[in-house]
Amino acid sequence: MAGWTVHEGLAVALAREGIDTDQLIPARFMSTPRSEGYGRFLLHDLRREGDTPDPEFPLNRPEARGASILVTARNFGGGSSREAAVYALADAGFQVIVAPSFGDIFAGNAANNGLLAAQVTEADSAALLKALERPGQARVSLEDRTITAGGLAVGFDIDPVRRTKLMNGWDDIDLTRSHLDEISRFRDGLRQNHPWNFLARE
Amino acid sequence: MSLTLLDRLWAMHEIHRRDDGASLLWVDRHLLHEGSHHAFRKLAERGLPVAEPSLTTAVADHYAPTRDREAGGADDSIRSMIRTLRENARTHGLRHFDLYSAAQGIVHVVGPEQGLTLPGVLMVCGDSHTSTHGAFGALAFGIGATEVAHVLATQTIWQVKPRAMRIRFEGTLSHGVTAKDMALGWISRLGADGARGHAIEYAGEAVQGLSMEGRMTLCNLSIEGGGRFGMVAPDETTFAYVEGRTFAPRGAGFDRAVEAWRALRSDDEANFDRDFVIDAATIAPTVSWGTSPEDSLPIDAALPKPEDLPEGQGRKVRDALEYMGLEAGRPLIGTPVDQVFIGSCTNARIEDLRAAAAVLDGRRAKVPGLVSPGSMVVKAQAEAEGLDRIFRDAGLEWVDAGCSMCVGMNGDLVPPGKRCASTTNRNFRGRQGPGARTHLMSPAMVAAAAVEGALTDVRELMKERG
Repeated sequence: MAGWTVHEGLAVALAREGIDTDQLIPARFMSTPRSEGYGRFLLHDLRREGDTPDPEFPLNRPEARGASILVTARNFGGGSSREAAVYALADAGFQVIVAPSFGDIFAGNAANNGLLAAQVTEADSAALLKALERPGQARVSLEDRTITAGGLAVGFDIDPVRRTKLMNGWDDIDLTRSHLDEISRFRDGLRQNHPWNFLARE
Repeated sequence: MSLTLLDRLWAMHEIHRRDDGASLLWVDRHLLHEGSHHAFRKLAERGLPVAEPSLTTAVADHYAPTRDREAGGADDSIRSMIRTLRENARTHGLRHFDLYSAAQGIVHVVGPEQGLTLPGVLMVCGDSHTSTHGAFGALAFGIGATEVAHVLATQTIWQVKPRAMRIRFEGTLSHGVTAKDMALGWISRLGADGARGHAIEYAGEAVQGLSMEGRMTLCNLSIEGGGRFGMVAPDETTFAYVEGRTFAPRGAGFDRAVEAWRALRSDDEANFDRDFVIDAATIAPTVSWGTSPEDSLPIDAALPKPEDLPEGQGRKVRDALEYMGLEAGRPLIGTPVDQVFIGSCTNARIEDLRAAAAVLDGRRAKVPGLVSPGSMVVKAQAEAEGLDRIFRDAGLEWVDAGCSMCVGMNGDLVPPGKRCASTTNRNFRGRQGPGARTHLMSPAMVAAAAVEGALTDVRELMKERG
């Protein structure tokens, strides 16, 4: 996973609270191998009226084509831990999600896939949603923690651990394997003091 | 210095802390289900083995067929998900409760039932309802696929310590009120993101008074209020539940463990970042009316009116009422339902089935319904007690164990536009199937809805029984 510090792209507004991960990708698509691409499943049921795409849905409008920044409302990505919700966003071309609050598991999954979940205040979210009633160009800097869009410049919050991970493109498994000796010592101590935490191999 | 239960559990598992605040934690129990296929692929790409196969347990639950189990699944893609888990478990030598195992069931029912879940362990699973196991005083939380791959490869996980939050339920619950009502009660007050960034410790007299089943229901629903972690300090109720279970310590080992487990509590003077008190006596049987668990009300309430609310909130309520096919301002009681579902990791343990059966005994359901026990062990127990007969005589279908209609991955779906009274955990749009309308409530309340063919106050039906 490559690290990044600045992203410039088209921002689209989705003024809707509480988009849970069941909306981001309905359960029935989750047996699909990732290699087939998850972008077509993104918000699958929400962006359709029956079987046909809803032309009024913000992400379906022609001027939103190619958007990589999604500005939305409170409690985005709550619910199920399905990382497929992040795959759907990433495979559809999104790199940044801006909202006043995110589901905790979603925010972790996002950082593990190079996707920024940028937390802004309710007021800034409302202002951005209004300014982006028509999709427009935006610039997001992880370094300065700022978003510039629709003539506005607002700051955002992100857990420092996740920010570092996004900027460095860290792979946790490699990082952890540099601690193997420490892990092994810890395991031996635990086995001594809490033997019931260990089980026989099947 | 005074410590919280969270502080103690965290310190017990912390291997290393980085300057930026991230902790590397040891994982005692890793539970897997069919959704682990992404993680196993990541492991295969790197050619890495599973670090601790003995601490890793796989269970087929999300896609498990509840009928005609011999066929191995409703269609090819479902059968393939179950087969992939089997192959991964076999390749890596993992403990596996496959479709045909007497111990198969929903991973969060199976763990405690088999004694894999113990006080003081750190447990993870690629499932947001992993918080269930916190009922034992375990540090248990849901993770994503990248993290599942990391745990498989290293038996550790990087986490930033959450803030500590306590919800105290003081006093005692009224008759007919359950752990489900406590959970929907606090979530409706604090919001679906009310506990975001926090680990919740449930405490107070009404929590101590709950059985392990009730505590599991309460902890299970933590994530519906935004909390990844829910926990209850272990006590005699906990130890009595754990003793004698297959993977629990035995004899002197058990006694030694209990001695250590007694220290797993928050100090009286411990500080919580947030502390809430709820008077248990004020909680009524509660049902959800909208498309988030925060949209819940006491059964005797009326639906909200969007015009009485601030603009943003009004629009959200209007959208939810429209999706649910409900009229603003109408009473919840009497809302006709099309079907019922009793099942899921939230409410399909033996006590839940007993509560539903007590209402249904000698009565007929006016609408069709499905009863899927939380595990095959629960199924056998229910059959030994004759509960299956009560469900069948009432006109409900009695099937095998799995996540079933809570998430619909195995093909058990609520049809579009149909309204289901459900013991599950999520009333999200389309959760039980595209266009499905879900009302969350306790098992006894679902049973009452089945009897009346409409949302109803179970306490009225209980009165008739005297």
